Amino acid sequence: MATKNNNVIAASDGTGQSAGESERTPLIQANRLSIGYGHEVVVPDINFQLAPQQAIALIGTNGSGKSTLLKTIVGLQPMLGGQLTIFGTRPGTNHRRIAYLGQFHASGFILPLRAVDVVRMGRFPLHGLCQRMTGEDNEIISLAMSTMGIEKLAEYPLRSLSGGQQQRTYLAQVLAHQADLLVLDEPTSGLDAGGRDLYLQAINDELGRGASVVIATHDIQEEAALCHQVMLLARRVVALGKPQDVLKADALLETFGIVVTGEKKHLHVIESRHGHD
Amino acid sequence: MEWLITPFAANGFMVQALIAGMLVSIACAIAGTFVILRGLAFIGDALGHGVLPGIAVAILVGFPGILGAAIGAVFMIGGISLITRKSRLSSDTAIGLLFVGMLSLGVMIVSRSNSFTGDLTSILFGEILGIGKGAVLIQLAATVVIAIIAFICSRPFLLLSFDPEQAQVAGFSFRLYHNVMLLMIAITVIVSFQTVGTLLVFGLLIAPAGAGALLSRRIGVMMAWAAGLGTLSTYLGLLISYHFNLAAGAAIILVAVIIFFIVFVIQNIRLRRIQIPGEVTHGHEKQ
Repeated sequence: MATKNNNVIAASDGTGQSAGESERTPLIQANRLSIGYGHEVVVPDINFQLAPQQAIALIGTNGSGKSTLLKTIVGLQPMLGGQLTIFGTRPGTNHRRIAYLGQFHASGFILPLRAVDVVRMGRFPLHGLCQRMTGEDNEIISLAMSTMGIEKLAEYPLRSLSGGQQQRTYLAQVLAHQADLLVLDEPTSGLDAGGRDLYLQAINDELGRGASVVIATHDIQEEAALCHQVMLLARRVVALGKPQDVLKADALLETFGIVVTGEKKHLHVIESRHGHD
Repeated sequence: MEWLITPFAANGFMVQALIAGMLVSIACAIAGTFVILRGLAFIGDALGHGVLPGIAVAILVGFPGILGAAIGAVFMIGGISLITRKSRLSSDTAIGLLFVGMLSLGVMIVSRSNSFTGDLTSILFGEILGIGKGAVLIQLAATVVIAIIAFICSRPFLLLSFDPEQAQVAGFSFRLYHNVMLLMIAITVIVSFQTVGTLLVFGLLIAPAGAGALLSRRIGVMMAWAAGLGTLSTYLGLLISYHFNLAAGAAIILVAVIIFFIVFVIQNIRLRRIQIPGEVTHGHEKQ
């Protein structure tokens, strides 16, 4: 990791929690992992572990490989090389324990679904094809909705909700799963300030409950600072480590292209689309 | 009043046609709902037409048409499934060609024999007024099978409609349930061709379900609307066909399509007035 000294102000005021290396077996273990589509490697040689009750943020521009890594972790994309184990087994075999929030929900617009129906889907992995939902499931579903502040929208059709309200609904779906591992792709996209606060609180609560979290994000200020580890991606691993060590100007410059200093000792990043080299 | 009831009270074949049409409407409501939600309209259309050579060959060699339709459908599903997986082009192109190819093959086979002309019309437009008890029973069985498939697979089907990736991560294999869904659509097409014909199955598959989608905020309700509107279309179509001596299958589909557009217009007017509580959440929303 590059640690050149520089006169650009470093990331926020060190809110990142201690990495607290755990002796427990890691939930995610990647060794020399290559990810990509078909035969095209997007990011080679990824090495990291994620311990229980820890969060890792993947930071990078569009096309940097964040989403690909998330999809590989949840088993939607086959890995192209190296090793990756999730809960000690290969990806795509732990449906009951993993909740995934993808970036696009293309059909959300035509589906005749109420918000509560969408959140309810979060319980499906636990019940399989036919097992009935219980009162406990319904309580968990209501709780997830109120955590995201959408309990009053439960009966409204998804398609009538604003983009931000829909995103809250998708997040509530993930929370309703009560999974051991949350894999979130751009979870704050479209959220307003209120939604963002609820989301950050929810992630904290999930970590407290014992879950681990992988987040692909642009938000280096709050979201990444919440994480125990940060990985900067630009079609290669630029840096990996604790937020206060990684979120430095030169590493960010390499990841995003441009770094600008801002007020109040906060670092602001202007994203430039990363070239596919 | 008499105008509405007598045709059915006085004619056994009209009652039989109504029952058959109702069963087809229910089957089409269930399958059509997922056709609409998953954007499979084109695949549904291709399936409807792709079964033609199977039917033609079956009739040519003296087997029941429904058997030929089943074989044609299996071939089509296999082809579509292969194309969807392998195609780096838009799969629409390849599916379109498969469907046009199968349709041409069917028409070619049919054109071999002069005695086929009457059959061709009945294959394309159905013979709902000449439907036998046996065919009605087959339809009943098929409709029950379709309902059972949809019931058992309701969770994976819902997830597939919502987001195929979400289904996969939740442990419901995309490929398996996608193919089960295609199979369900195929069964619908096969049993329905005797009633409304291969050309028009498509209309009954998407017009009532499309109207249902506009009218409901739950998938079950959408299916119920689709079944109801499909049955209504069958009834009105039969009535029109009886009184004005018009082709029954075509009349049914035309009514279904007209109902869709009526619902479409009404909903567009109504939706402008509905208020959604954006204020329930604090702050303003992006977008």
